[in-house]
Amino acid sequence: MSDQEQNPIRQAITSAIAENDVILFMKGTPDAPACGFSARTVGVLQSLGVPFAAVNILPDPRIREELSALSQWPTIPQLFHRGELIGGCDIVTEMFEAGELAQVLGVDPGRETGDPAEVAGVGPLQIENRL
Amino acid sequence: MPQADDIRARIEAAIPGARAEVEDWTGGGDHFRATVSSPAFAGLSRIEQHRLVYRVFGNEIGGPIHALSLTTTSE
Repeated sequence: MSDQEQNPIRQAITSAIAENDVILFMKGTPDAPACGFSARTVGVLQSLGVPFAAVNILPDPRIREELSALSQWPTIPQLFHRGELIGGCDIVTEMFEAGELAQVLGVDPGRETGDPAEVAGVGPLQIENRL
Repeated sequence: MPQADDIRARIEAAIPGARAEVEDWTGGGDHFRATVSSPAFAGLSRIEQHRLVYRVFGNEIGGPIHALSLTTTSE
């Protein structure tokens, strides 16, 4: 689509979501979260032992704008699984506490996620591989 | 600066049959926590339920309302 050609950030976001089974858009990085909601979501994923890619949305405000336009979700963090928005911190926490999250994410250590290194070079979108 | 009670009133006015409890999480007028129940949520996924509430505030979420933490039920 010409819209995507003119919009490399949205294209990079779309590719990142498509190429990573589990991907978290967050403020800061898993090692240095810049917001309590992002920190809590990272904690949930780490306690499940789920490998996930992480994108820090802070370096460029356009990442958040494009992401929210794409996902129809206004807040950060946003967790995606196989291209679907699972939710933000509230939903992820609620699902984790109900035991649903592991089920939905199909915690399966044998499964490989995409290669985040491929996406890391695109524009300001930096993906940290958490495998 | 948004007040918890304004946020409660706006949610209840915008979503049919909604009852909301809202607290100012930090006391700073920008982080709120809301529990919302409405029959309008019946049959919707959590994502869709939360979107209905977020839509009440549009661009204010992420702006003056830095965070609105939600728990929704369809009761």
